[in-house]
This record gives sequence, C-alpha cells and structure tokens, in this order.
Amino acid sequence: MADPAGAAVAVDDLVVFRGRRQVLFDVSCAVPAGQVTGLLGPSGGGKTTLLRSIVGVQAIRSGRVGVLGLPAGDPALRARIGYVTQAPSVYADLSVRDNLRYFAALTSGTDRIPDVLAAVGLADRAADRVDQLSGGQRARVSLACALVGEPPLLVLDEPTVGLDPVLRRDLWQLFHQLAAGGATLIVSSHVMDEAARCDRLLLLREGRLYADDTPAAILRQTGAPDLEEAFLRLASEQVAR
Amino acid sequence: MNPAIALATARRVLQQLRNDPRTIALLVVAPSALMILLRYVYDGAPGTFDSIGLSLLGIFPFVTMFLVTSVAMLRERTTGTLERLFTTRLAKLDLLVGYALAFAVATCVQIGVVCAIAFGWLGLDAPAGVGWVLLLALASALLGMSLGLLVSAFAATEFQAVQFLPAVVLPQFLLCGLLTPRSQMVDVLRWLSNVLPMSYAVEGLARVRQGSADAVLVRDLLVVAGCIAAALALGAATLRRRTS
Repeated sequence: MADPAGAAVAVDDLVVFRGRRQVLFDVSCAVPAGQVTGLLGPSGGGKTTLLRSIVGVQAIRSGRVGVLGLPAGDPALRARIGYVTQAPSVYADLSVRDNLRYFAALTSGTDRIPDVLAAVGLADRAADRVDQLSGGQRARVSLACALVGEPPLLVLDEPTVGLDPVLRRDLWQLFHQLAAGGATLIVSSHVMDEAARCDRLLLLREGRLYADDTPAAILRQTGAPDLEEAFLRLASEQVAR
Repeated sequence: MNPAIALATARRVLQQLRNDPRTIALLVVAPSALMILLRYVYDGAPGTFDSIGLSLLGIFPFVTMFLVTSVAMLRERTTGTLERLFTTRLAKLDLLVGYALAFAVATCVQIGVVCAIAFGWLGLDAPAGVGWVLLLALASALLGMSLGLLVSAFAATEFQAVQFLPAVVLPQFLLCGLLTPRSQMVDVLRWLSNVLPMSYAVEGLARVRQGSADAVLVRDLLVVAGCIAAALALGAATLRRRTS
C-alpha cells in the first residue's frame, strides 16, 4: 500500500503498543510531498501515536516508518521536521518573542520571526508573556515555534482546536501556502468539517486505517453526499467486518 | 554538542529566571538574611560563626539549585517542551550544558552577594582565599543541579519534586560534618558521611578556614566534580528521545 516514490512519509505495517494496550494495528500509508494531508478520526483512535511515530519520539513494536528518505528518528531529520503537539508546548514564563528566538536558535532561522508572528496573527502580542494569552493564542505560539525554522515537513497535532472560524480559515490558507512552497504537512483533526480542506485524507479509527485517499475519491467510493456521511459509512463497514 | 544551541539554552533558562523576580529575590535575599542572622546569633562566639558561616556558603547553592532544577526540569517533562526539544537538533549534552551555564551564572550572583555581605560587612574570614570559596560554592551548586535533574525523573508533580528536597538534603546536612566533626561520628555514620558528596564540599570549606589550600582541598573538589559527572550521567540516562 505504501509507495515510497514521491512520498514524504511512508509507513509500513506499523504496530505500536502503549503499555499493554495495542494502539496501532498494522498501519500502512504514504504521505505525498508538497500536499496537506489530513489525519482524521475520533479522539483516542491513535492519531497522536501515529504522528509521534513519524516524528520519531514513539517507541514502536514493529513495522517501518520512513521520513524524507530516512528512518524516522534519524538525527539528520531533526532540523527538517516541525512538530506541534496537541497541548501547546512552549515556555509559559517567557514572552512570545523569546520563545520564538529560542526555537529559531534550535533550527538556525532567526530573521523570520516577524513574518511568522504575522502569519499566525500574533504580531501585536510579541512582547506579552505566553501565560497571559488565551488558549487559542498559546496554540498559535506553539505553531509559530515550529514554522520559524521553515522545515520541509510539518507535523501538526490538532492545531486548530478552539480557534474561531475566521482564524481557522486563515490557518488553513497558511497551510496551503506552505504546501505550495514545497512543504509537506500532516494535520490531525477530530473535526470532520476540516476534512474537505485537505488535499488527501487518512482516516484512523480504533488504531486501524480505513481510508487513505483524496476527499473526492472517498466521496466517489462511498457514494455519500458529504465527507461526514462518507466517514459514517466507512466506519460502519469497518464494524461489520 | 553544538555550542550555539547550548548557549541559546542557557540564555533561555536565564530569561525564565529573570522573568521570575520572586525566585531571584529568594535566591539572593534568603541566604544573605540567614548569614546576617547567624552572625548575630553567634555574637559572643566569633569562631563558631566563622566555621558555620563558611560551610553554609557551600550548602546554600546546593539547596537552591537542587530545588530550582528539579522543578524546572519537571516542568520541561510535563509541559511537553522536553519532548519537543528532542525533535530538534538539540542534543542531551546541549541541554545539560545550557542548564549548567545558566545556573553557574545564577550561583555567581547569589554567592557574590552573600560573600560581599559576609566578608565585607560581617567580618567572616577565609584565610586560604575567597577564590576557593567561590570555586567550592560553584561546585556544590552544580552538584545540586545534577541531583535535581536526576530526581525530576522520579517525580510526577511539582509537589513531589519539592518533597525530594528533605530526602536528599537533610541526611547530607546532618552528616556533612557541620553539626558534629565527622571524625567523632560512630563508624557507620562516618562511612555514610564518606559516600555523601556534600561532606567533601564542607570539608573543603573547612580547609579554606584553616588557611591551607592543600592537596586535601584539591581532592575534595575533585570528589565533588566526580559526583557531578556521575549524577549528570545518570540524569542524562533518564532523558529519553523515544518513549512509549
């Protein structure tokens, strides 16, 4: 199923256990370069575990994860992946600008701080401490810290949760701009209405991948009027199996 | 190891400290006030103030850096910043060196102020030279830092991390020779005292008071340095890039 040609990320028969519980069951997929791929599915379905495996911080039981032509977790990948965790992982006791400076120093890009702040809509909050910001603003600081190094692969775990519709639309525009510039984006979400904004979709439920295709192909295949209905039909097929 | 990343990390840790004026005040004001208190508690016995005062210059940095590091590193672990850092080019050693540099600067400020008050105003005396005092204080600060880093791996909350302070510090404080000379302890306690690193920092400071910058003093410093290296190596083993 996974085709390494032209793929930024290739996952083959990935099995992951957390403790005694199996979280991923033989997951295989290929994420094409230069596109926005959505990883959708209910909470607790293994989305974060799959993203962690791609980033290289998840211990895996078996299978292979290839990222930009290297095995996941290879030291050479560290300057080339931007990872945004679901809970904002930035320093709450530092200003927005100081957070960006630090993460820029870790990736070697520093001139882009004003651009990145403007892109996430926080240009006027640069001097504020992160712990004075709202939850949605903190999430955007966390995103900005990943963008500042201009990594060719961005792995974003639910980056738009809790944001108002205007901001969400702006961020999705930004994701597509980055993809148009050659970056590969993997964006997870449990909100199905974000699925239509992706070039390609991975549907993950209870640790099993049950779709890996473009939104149009998924609609065609299921004969559903919209993606939400398509997911419901795919999910009930999976249960029936 | 990438020096630019280690320096950026040191700068970031110092910025976090600077943004927390209450902690800075506690780092500097509390030991100074205790030193002044001690001076007047032993007003009638200047010799006692000299010996306890000098030893405390080795104990303050240990206690404060242990506390600050264990909580700071626990926060890195629990807020997800540590996991995020490990997806970047930052090496474990960059992180450790960054923290060590930042806390060395903080210790210099702390000990600088306390020494200025103790030697300049309270009449504390360091016959072998204030330089040795600074060196021993820095060594015990780094020892506190490396042990704090290690215990942060075994605490799940900041509350637990703080509970490690009495468990790690009090036995060393009781057995380091400050309250009773180590030579007068029963054998078992003396052996115990021999394997606890703070004993060597305090013994070194006692040498400074006796005016002898001799081989024993150098050996004490080397023992403390060895313990720092061992605690850092163990602490580094608890920093995992890949977790389940």
